[in-house]
Amino acid sequence: MPTPRQISVTVNGTVYESTVEPRLTLADFLRHELALPGTHVGCEHGVCGACTVLWNGRAVRSCIMLAVQTDGTEITTVEGLSKDGELNAIQQAFVEEHGLQCGFCTPGFLMTITEMLDRNPDPSDEEIYDYLGGQICRCTGYQSILAAVRNAIEKKKAAS
Amino acid sequence: MKPAPFEYCAPEVLTEAVEVLEQNEGDAKVLSGGQSLMPLLNMRLARPEVLVDLARIPELDYVREDHGALVIGAMTRQRTVELDPMVREKHPLVYEATINVAHPQNRNQGTFGGSVAHADPSAEYPALAVALGAQFKAVGPDGERTIDAEDFFVTYLTTDLEGAEILTEVRIPALPDGAAWAFTEVARRHGDYALAGATSYFTLGADGKCATARIVVFGVGGTPVRASKAEQAMIGEAPSAALFASVGKAVLDDVEEPQSDVHASAAQRRAIAGVMTERGLADAARRAGIAI
Repeated sequence: MPTPRQISVTVNGTVYESTVEPRLTLADFLRHELALPGTHVGCEHGVCGACTVLWNGRAVRSCIMLAVQTDGTEITTVEGLSKDGELNAIQQAFVEEHGLQCGFCTPGFLMTITEMLDRNPDPSDEEIYDYLGGQICRCTGYQSILAAVRNAIEKKKAAS
Repeated sequence: MKPAPFEYCAPEVLTEAVEVLEQNEGDAKVLSGGQSLMPLLNMRLARPEVLVDLARIPELDYVREDHGALVIGAMTRQRTVELDPMVREKHPLVYEATINVAHPQNRNQGTFGGSVAHADPSAEYPALAVALGAQFKAVGPDGERTIDAEDFFVTYLTTDLEGAEILTEVRIPALPDGAAWAFTEVARRHGDYALAGATSYFTLGADGKCATARIVVFGVGGTPVRASKAEQAMIGEAPSAALFASVGKAVLDDVEEPQSDVHASAAQRRAIAGVMTERGLADAARRAGIAI
């Protein structure tokens, strides 16, 4: 048996001290060890984007990252987006624009859009396509997701 | 779809990482950004006994200029290269290659050194390195050595690195002054591995004719392929649509039989490499304001 590793990770602002097997992926760590099932596991090889979380503010695939790699770093999952039960601007925009149907891919989209708007509150269409190109949705046909992004941009502008 | 068990270590100094590789020669694998290795582990196509994570070695993460060359630490995230204003301004071909690497979400985690050391023949950075004549610095049990890009890539997923050697730095010369440059590829979807692609640059002499030309095609063999015959076909000629078309055809003479797979046949890959070369040269001319 490989030696388990002690890790300390901040997830959605809470520090977790855990002992994990080296082969445990970050996605499985979040879901099974921390009981945060909002991060969805789709393809498990970094292609579909459903498992996207923020790692020190950057959107990454948690299915192709090991929990041990995150020792001493900060993770934000979809559970960390709403405050006091209120949806944030991006989540609210998804509701208003019908940016989801089955919702399986949605956590990944939300995290990717979070990084994009943190980096640039007013991204060009090209930038939006580049970011969304890394997320797969099989329901919406993407147009309503694009509408949700534009809605979220307006909401954030109005709030600032 | 879960990795087989392995031991994990994340040394903070490079020599310790080399020692671990040496002690476990053949059974240990270096983990950098994991964007290629982790899928292989998840699918159990790779089953190393030990993973050596280089992310805790701080001196492998930097982007800087040295005498005009771009010098990148092996563990620098691809996204860091992409977002560095100096890279975009002074090393535009490096920037252009970078934005063709997978998606932002992968570039946030994937490293420059990891991509070149993985040596996928469809990947962008190996082709870029060969085109610009990059040099690779590696540290192993016998110390440090420098490897030229054309010697570094041996065949599919295989480099000149020895089992206990670690790639530490890539040094990429700047384009010649006034060079017209291009990076073009065809992938089934943007962000996928390329079926095939081409990267090139050329300069014009005072007579308006091509003085230097460099053409590298990728996805059409075990390594990036320097298209020397096609380069020769450009020298001394004035840039024109007809020249670029004939150079695109000449590339086919430089390409041996590529692999056929579920994504594209060998013939299709060759054809794409030729067309990408032709279109890339036209792009390069347009961007540099050269009338053709």
